[in-house]
Amino acid sequence: MSLWVDKYRPNSLNKLDYHKDQAAHLRKLVQCGDFPHLLIYGPSGSGKKTRIMCLLRELYGSGVTKLRIEHQSFVTPSKKKLEISTVASNYHIEVNPSDAGIYDRVVIQELLKTVAQSHQLQSAAQRQFKGTYYCFLSFSLQYILVVLTEVDSLTKDAQHALRRTMEKYMATCRLILCCNSTSKVIPAIRSRCLGVRVPAPTVNEIIQVLQATCKKEGLNLPAEFANRIAVHSNRNLRRAMLICEACRVQQYPFSENQEIIEPDWELYLKETARQIIDQQSPKRLFEVRGRLYELLIHCIPSDVIMKGLLKELTSNCDGQLKCEITQLAAAYEHSLQLGQKSIYHLEAFVAKFMAIYKRFLEEGLVEGLNDFF
Amino acid sequence: MQAFLKGSSLSKNDGETSTKQKPSSEDKKRLEPWVEKYRPKCVDDVAYQEEVVAVLKKSLKDLELPNLLFYGPPGTGKTSTILAISKELFGDMYKTRILELNASDERGISVVREKVKTFAQLSASGVRPDGRPCPPFKIVILDEADSMTSAAQAALRRTMEKETRSTRFCLICNYVSRIIEPITSRCAKFRFKPLSNDILEKRLQEICKNEGLKFNETAMKAVLETSEGDMRKAITYLQSAGRLKPDEIINAEDICEIAGVVPEDIITELMKVCNNNSYEKLESAVQNIILEGYSATQVMNQLHDTIVTSDDLKDSQKSVICERLAVCDKRLMDGADEYLQIMDLATVIMAQMCNAS
Ligand SMILES: Nc1ncnc2c1ncn2[C@@H]1O[C@H](COP(=O)(O)OP(=O)(O)OP(=O)(O)O)[C@@H](O)[C@H]1O
Ligand SMILES: Nc1ncnc2c1ncn2[C@@H]1O[C@H](COP(=O)(O)OP(=O)(O)OP(=O)(O)O)[C@@H](O)[C@H]1O
Ligand SMILES: [Mg+2]
Ligand SMILES: [Mg+2]
Repeated sequence: MSLWVDKYRPNSLNKLDYHKDQAAHLRKLVQCGDFPHLLIYGPSGSGKKTRIMCLLRELYGSGVTKLRIEHQSFVTPSKKKLEISTVASNYHIEVNPSDAGIYDRVVIQELLKTVAQSHQLQSAAQRQFKGTYYCFLSFSLQYILVVLTEVDSLTKDAQHALRRTMEKYMATCRLILCCNSTSKVIPAIRSRCLGVRVPAPTVNEIIQVLQATCKKEGLNLPAEFANRIAVHSNRNLRRAMLICEACRVQQYPFSENQEIIEPDWELYLKETARQIIDQQSPKRLFEVRGRLYELLIHCIPSDVIMKGLLKELTSNCDGQLKCEITQLAAAYEHSLQLGQKSIYHLEAFVAKFMAIYKRFLEEGLVEGLNDFF
Repeated sequence: MQAFLKGSSLSKNDGETSTKQKPSSEDKKRLEPWVEKYRPKCVDDVAYQEEVVAVLKKSLKDLELPNLLFYGPPGTGKTSTILAISKELFGDMYKTRILELNASDERGISVVREKVKTFAQLSASGVRPDGRPCPPFKIVILDEADSMTSAAQAALRRTMEKETRSTRFCLICNYVSRIIEPITSRCAKFRFKPLSNDILEKRLQEICKNEGLKFNETAMKAVLETSEGDMRKAITYLQSAGRLKPDEIINAEDICEIAGVVPEDIITELMKVCNNNSYEKLESAVQNIILEGYSATQVMNQLHDTIVTSDDLKDSQKSVICERLAVCDKRLMDGADEYLQIMDLATVIMAQMCNAS
């Protein structure tokens, strides 16, 4: 049995539950076949991937849902072997080049070129069977769609490698790039794409999707509870659906004031922040370090940890201090991106926070005493 | 006799394939995005870059060419120009006389040494197969050279020196500062300027006419403003807007959405929140910007415009804010988190607005 997030993922552009105008515009865009490369961006869980799959289906029909997983191997210039898995149908191929880490450029160079070139041959051969092969639109076989995910985590080298490729093979392949933040995409790539912004659904839109999902499951979801889940999800639809399903397992029938189940790591992160506020000492710093490690080992991204800590810590500080700490977090998260080991930078942030917070408490104490006398 | 037969059968074959391929290549054209469809075919088509066009046109007459270095922002015609001149110089021999290496090719030191060297050493005659004269050299195009390591560039420098007689080099990049000095000093440098609005508009109007697209004045103005002298962007916006709304009136907001411009009221709201001196309100305003999917770089650009022209801030305050803006912008380039960087900048703005007065 699959999770609700997969089971109820809309599979055609006209079934999308929100941003309907955008969906209609996208359909018009692809209908002419000469559309530019696309850069689909928006926050996590806003439905980018869903939208891309709907788009592919619009272009090629249900053939795109017949997926196969392929393992491709590459050899880096330094003779290191790489394995990357791709998801492909007859019409498209999906890759996450950052799976290859710092060798992502090799993947871009090799994969795109072979895909673009081999497809050229293939489509020339298939043209003879004209008619039988063509499914939806008459041009559909002329190019293959390459979906690249997480382009914001590509190295600069890999992004440069994309540039000319994007122009040279336009006739045989079209790219759909998918990312959270366009700030990390170099201007030359942005200049080559049509940007499509997918905002997070509003709280009301999330409530509607939750209600519709529960209805399909034959469940009754109280309005107040749906609202709480939607607010708690921070406008992340995937998160809202997962929470809702977890609550269903916990207790059904739902009640208005049922507890919302948070993921373990979030609770763990909150507890870590509480410990930092609780005591500022080398011993505590050492313990916190262990906890941060624990989070990193469980693949919680370091920027998520940093933002989570900041949110919890600032809710325990005074106004002026809040700003100071925010600026600290921004500086340490930056150095973290440049460095290699996240733990150093996270720990440095915590240590700095402890020092500032302790000083603040002591000053407060002195002032308090002065006032007293 | 044999050779004659062979030749005739070959040419017959050629005739066949070319008639066969004609419709398909036309199909292909139809499916090419407009940026490719309207890529300049000859040097004369290149708009606005008069200086380089003049030099290249002279080279067409004299059949002589210096080493070239083109630099400038994306979408200003660098790649198009060198491809166009190469085709004009060499016609059908284009394939044998040009070596194009771009960032999607392996370009380490060994490649520069081997591939470029072997290519450079091939001889090149001064006549085309059809008897017309052509320059007696080959051209190595190193596109997107900003991504070459300085070691590879250094290796290139030796090769450039050795092969000056038979080979010309053309390096293309966005940032000339990424090219090592010994190379820049060996090339004739040309800066490709962002295209001016009237040139952009003229070109766009031609395309509109050709494609039968109706575009009103306000929409056109929005395209010009948002594409910032990048012809590629301008053409993409034009095509996308035309496609997204084939039968409706395109307005300025549609263009701004395509271009990813943040609506002005969101920026005004952010400034207002900063003036309120409430961290909690700021937190949720910035969170909202991120959830709406706007790019932090874009937010910073627009904040910059607002702050520089603001009447409520003193010059000293503006300078403090702009200094931080530069820092945050750099951090974003390094891949730092968008939310944290906007928050950082916004807390500085808040402090300047609320504490200094
Ligand atoms: N228009 C929609 N209507 C209903 N449900 C949707 C819609 N779009 C997305 N969903 C649901 O939201 C979930 C998350 O969507 P999706 O995987 O497309 O997000 P994403 O933007 O790719 O996120 P990420 O950036 O984290 O990869 C999907 O599993 C799907 O069930
Ligand atoms: N000066 C120009 N005149 C006419 N068309 C132009 C000009 N500059 C750019 N274009 C249009 O923009 C497209 C891209 O131009 P080109 O590839 O030459 O840009 P570039 O300067 O090489 O950019 P990048 O730095 O991103 O590689 C062309 O296909 C053409 O349609
Ligand atoms: Mg996704
Ligand atoms: Mg170029």
